[in-house]
Amino acid sequence: MTEAGRQHLVDAPLVSPAPKAGLIDVFRRRYLLRMLVQREISARYQGSFLGLLWSYINPLSQLFIYWFVMGKIMNRGTENFAIHVFCGLIIVQFFIETFNAGTRSIVRNKGLVQKMAVPREMFPVASMLVSFYHMGPQLVILTIISLISGWTPNPEYLAGVVLAMMIIALLGTSLALMFSVANVFLRDVSSFVSILTNFVRFGVPMIYPYILVDARFGWFAQFYLLNPIADAVLLMQQAFWVGTTNDPELIHATHIPGNLWAFSFLALGVSAVMLLLGQYIFKRFENRIPERL
Amino acid sequence: MTYPPSTSIVVEDVTKSFTLRYHRTLKQMTVAKMRGQEISNEFNALDGVSFTVEQGESIGLMGLNGSGKSTLLKLINGVMRPDGGQVLTRGRISGLIATGAGFHPQLTGRENVFLNAAVLGMSDAETRRKFDDIADFADLGKFLDSPVGHYSSGMTARLGFSVAIHVDSDIFLADEVLAVGDKPFKKKCLEKMQEIRDGGRTLFYVSHAAGAVRRMCDRVLVLEKGKLAFDGGVDEGIKFVKYDGGPDEEENVDDEQGI
Repeated sequence: MTEAGRQHLVDAPLVSPAPKAGLIDVFRRRYLLRMLVQREISARYQGSFLGLLWSYINPLSQLFIYWFVMGKIMNRGTENFAIHVFCGLIIVQFFIETFNAGTRSIVRNKGLVQKMAVPREMFPVASMLVSFYHMGPQLVILTIISLISGWTPNPEYLAGVVLAMMIIALLGTSLALMFSVANVFLRDVSSFVSILTNFVRFGVPMIYPYILVDARFGWFAQFYLLNPIADAVLLMQQAFWVGTTNDPELIHATHIPGNLWAFSFLALGVSAVMLLLGQYIFKRFENRIPERL
Repeated sequence: MTYPPSTSIVVEDVTKSFTLRYHRTLKQMTVAKMRGQEISNEFNALDGVSFTVEQGESIGLMGLNGSGKSTLLKLINGVMRPDGGQVLTRGRISGLIATGAGFHPQLTGRENVFLNAAVLGMSDAETRRKFDDIADFADLGKFLDSPVGHYSSGMTARLGFSVAIHVDSDIFLADEVLAVGDKPFKKKCLEKMQEIRDGGRTLFYVSHAAGAVRRMCDRVLVLEKGKLAFDGGVDEGIKFVKYDGGPDEEENVDDEQGI
């Protein structure tokens, strides 16, 4: 034995080896997060002939269906109905994908979770970022179609788009955190979540205009606006759809609730609180994750 | 309690319990409840284990299957947290534990090296710097650029080992390292581990092979049903385990893995 060579001394502090700062640790290890997100994205289109083109084809086909069925066959909806729907669809897809994939993320990454000391919040957050990335092509399509329909961008309303994304990102991540850990203990949770997300589509003014909600519920419509996803959808419609109509000012006055900004900031605050709650719940049950997988 | 700066690993009165669940579905659970059977059962995988390791020591962890070796390693690695007591470590940890964890079958070997290195805490620059060494060690030739899903299990293991062994760490954990891989590769791994030990890094080696432990370690810990049954010199430790395992069997493993 070579005793002489053994002088490797470390000054690092004596600490617990388990990661414990939760979401903060996730952003400390941004490089790993980036790698995990890249892995998801590139693995998704690996071996497919059209590759990334699929993420344009899918939203386009949905747009076409709504335009054709709702606008042409049923002859329902408002002016530029396809854009109205598509604004909602982008937000709803972002939310549903984050929620669904996030819920499954811990179980799906079993191998890593059971064996490596990575902060486990990494996986729900990565799911959110992957969904966020998938939103890119949809935004491009929406912008192009809006421009074709004579859209005039408004900087104030475009800031609303950022707010909408932030609301969904925070809310989606918080729910993904809570439900991903629940899914470890009971696999039924992921089935439950996909049922839950079915309701989301109809809980927002996507395939019906908000003006109908206002007309039917009157004073109660403000409870409808307590739904952060509905606020996010309205913010998107304010930014894109309203600007493509013939009389934007009239449409904005009738179709967009006057206190939308107030409700949106409330929604952002609620989502942020939800994220803290999600982190708390996650931490509480995290210790039991490796053995229950 | 305070420890001198030369301490590398502290395991202090550590307890870890697991809950065994016999039934999973609602139907099974209801039936079991009605018959008055137990639905779950708690047991201690580790029970009041305490020891400290100095920097540069190489420890052989031995014990029968199910004695808590892997659980202890997971606690030191930080994958699990103890239910009672505390585990403290100094510096970066890596090791041949769960090599290749997180390999994505659809990604190529090259992409997986970067991913796996990131999981092990390496930065982009560090991975780039070491990439050639990693590729050389794994020795996969042209397969490095085909999806890992097409690899044989030995090839996957080699790639995983190769990444893990190139992480600059202060504590190196090795769990049943040589279970897969052919003879030349096993030899290469053992040499690399000796290099790590001689470099003064703390080595924590789990093995059933007395020969390898004798060669690699200067102290042996033996776990028995979750309790620390022995802590001391290598020869006495091996004798202690043999007493439980039966000498004939032990010698065979020795020949196979000792190289």
